[in-house]
Amino acid sequence: MKKRANVFLWAGGILSGLMLCIIILGYFWTPYDPTAMDPKAKFCAPSLNHLLGTDNFGRDIFSRVVDGAGTSFFIALCVVAIGCLAGILIGSLCGYYGGLPDLILTRVCDSITAFPAFLLALVIVTVAGPGTENIILALGILFIPSFARIVRSEFARCRELNYIKSAKLMGAGGMRIMFRHILPNTFPVLLSAVTIGFNNAVLSEASMSFLGIGIQPPYASLGSMLSDSQSFLHSAPWYALGTGGAIVLLILGFSLLSEGLQLKGQR
Amino acid sequence: MRKQILAVFLAMALMAGLLCGCGGATTQTPAASDETTNSSGAKHANEIVVGIAQDPDDSLDPYQMVAAGTREVMFNVFEGLVKPNADGDYVCAVASDYEKSADGLTYTFTLRDGVVFHNGQGCTVEDVLYSFETCAATSVTKAVVTALSAITDIHAEGNTIIITLDAPNPDFLSYVSSVYIVPKGYDQQATAPVGTGPFRFASRSVQENFILERNEAYYGQGASLDKVTYKIYEDNNALFTALNSGALDLVAHLTVDQVNNLSNGYQVLEGTMNLVQALYLNNAVAPFDNELVRQALCYAVDVDAMLELTADGHGTKVGSSMYPAFGKYFDPALAEKYPHDVEKAKELLKEAGYENGFSFTITVPSNYQPHVDTAVVLVEQLKEVGVTAQIQQVEWNTWLSDVYSARNFESTVCGFDASTLNASAMLARWVSDNGKNMINYSNPQYDEVFAQAQAAADEAEQTALYKQCLEILSDTAANVYLQDLADFVAINPAVQGFTFYPLYVIDMSLLSIVE
Repeated sequence: MKKRANVFLWAGGILSGLMLCIIILGYFWTPYDPTAMDPKAKFCAPSLNHLLGTDNFGRDIFSRVVDGAGTSFFIALCVVAIGCLAGILIGSLCGYYGGLPDLILTRVCDSITAFPAFLLALVIVTVAGPGTENIILALGILFIPSFARIVRSEFARCRELNYIKSAKLMGAGGMRIMFRHILPNTFPVLLSAVTIGFNNAVLSEASMSFLGIGIQPPYASLGSMLSDSQSFLHSAPWYALGTGGAIVLLILGFSLLSEGLQLKGQR
Repeated sequence: MRKQILAVFLAMALMAGLLCGCGGATTQTPAASDETTNSSGAKHANEIVVGIAQDPDDSLDPYQMVAAGTREVMFNVFEGLVKPNADGDYVCAVASDYEKSADGLTYTFTLRDGVVFHNGQGCTVEDVLYSFETCAATSVTKAVVTALSAITDIHAEGNTIIITLDAPNPDFLSYVSSVYIVPKGYDQQATAPVGTGPFRFASRSVQENFILERNEAYYGQGASLDKVTYKIYEDNNALFTALNSGALDLVAHLTVDQVNNLSNGYQVLEGTMNLVQALYLNNAVAPFDNELVRQALCYAVDVDAMLELTADGHGTKVGSSMYPAFGKYFDPALAEKYPHDVEKAKELLKEAGYENGFSFTITVPSNYQPHVDTAVVLVEQLKEVGVTAQIQQVEWNTWLSDVYSARNFESTVCGFDASTLNASAMLARWVSDNGKNMINYSNPQYDEVFAQAQAAADEAEQTALYKQCLEILSDTAANVYLQDLADFVAINPAVQGFTFYPLYVIDMSLLSIVE
């Protein structure tokens, strides 16, 4: 096992890099307007004009996939950012200081995880109404406990180590110790948590949009497109395949990347 | 290393899952019993199997039925003194004859001789009086209760029933047809309904099937089929698969996509859903309180292009709150009142002070795909005149409470149908103080004309007034009227006689099997 090239890191890096490039390009340019309809081009099979074919309104599926992947990506990014930042804050304070606040916050996190994640997200969206911001909020809150737990356990482990004790003896303040000395040591664990979290966020968004409570039409996300494509499985199989394929590639890239990063950390 | 292999497997499983998902609908084969029904069914015995998308209501009591799907089935079991026919006229059923006094206040129905209930009991005037009494007291259909409350006296003389009203009501017959005649004192209607119709209720199995058999003792021509089995498929894909495999002889309310995918050589008939689909605008909310804005939206929307996009061109433009099957009132000219004209729309918006457009929300019930599709096209078409619309999909129950009852919305795409076969079922709701006036339409002129129409004792005069109501709705652009959706029926070529009704019913007694 020594010195073998880290295939996962490479494959994951290239795949995610490629997807990322397409997504970024999609923010500025798509071959067609993702919502423009063409009654003459309904259900076109994939061709050079329409790389992934067209849907029931004659909209170009490739453009919509790129656009939808961008939306999904943006939501996942925000969700992970909220979950990660709040998780770090809660986790570090709990892990470092311990005591009653730690007990309470940990139990709160536990109780959030005790709910089926999806049910909670559904409740939040039902109360706040559908829309991009509300999905980000709902999923963001759901993602806090997983990050908080990881960070907390790292902090609890590190605070008893000698270098922290000596930092304390030198008179360093709590904030400095937490964020200057301990936090960087949690990065390897955090990094793989972020990539896994990102995957989960993409899938959660897709599932919510699949149920029709996510992105509202005519704007697309990968999940809502997959949901729409159900009705046309017989007549336009490329619709479901193109959309599903994009989700697979996006997830696969980041899964491989996180696997590769973990391997790298082990060496 | 094991973890990595696992990851790859998971990815493959995901892909495989996706492909299975795609194949799911095609591999779903109907249960073996379906096959046997088919081979021993339509081709040999004199019976058919019909696929329906929802289980009839829990209670089959004629006055407690709520769902349109239940009424569609029970239409074959129950009859009133009169019943609607395919042309929208009322023909005698349990009554053999009726007479209306010159002042429109007294109706005299003559009970038909030899009408027998499905339980073998003969129908008497006592049963008719009992039915009217029970219906007025217990019916869940508000309009019927209201109409029956206008009865000042009802009594029997020999074999005639005489009904006196406190004011003339030209639509009264349509309500009489809703009073299904049931045997007096029979209290099992909810589970074992008994009526006088051409079919009698045989059995039901919840979530599975619903069986009707021919009423041998029917007074009229009666049914040709011996037996009709309704099979319940709440999953749309499963229903379609069963239809396509030949296990079902008749399925109604199909979409154009399903019809395009149908490959078993069944005959496809096209009718209409008998509803008015529109972008209903809350007239009390800015900017829709401005008539110019509403008219601008009418010009901005291209209904022909919409029909092309959502249903391959199927569907009928309506132009006002009346659907084409109501031939008496429907005016095709109104459908052409607002041709697609982007320039004109922009002009009107400018005149109204919305030169730079505005944005608003379209609330759509998410369980009705045709409405969602229409909304998607509307968003795209309104973009052209600088109006930004956002779609908000809500659940049916949320729609009922927030949009329909609380009127807390800007605009919505939905369809309104008629619960009884008369114009006021479509038009009464737009009177300013009507409880169902969801869009807060307020127009004194409309109220006045509608009131005149209601009071008119002469039918021709009434029709003209109702038509005038429709014109007012169109002139003031109360809503962006769109279409009556196409309704497709797939039917085994061996089954003949299918007839579209101007109501949401399928008359099984007209069907027959030919070799």
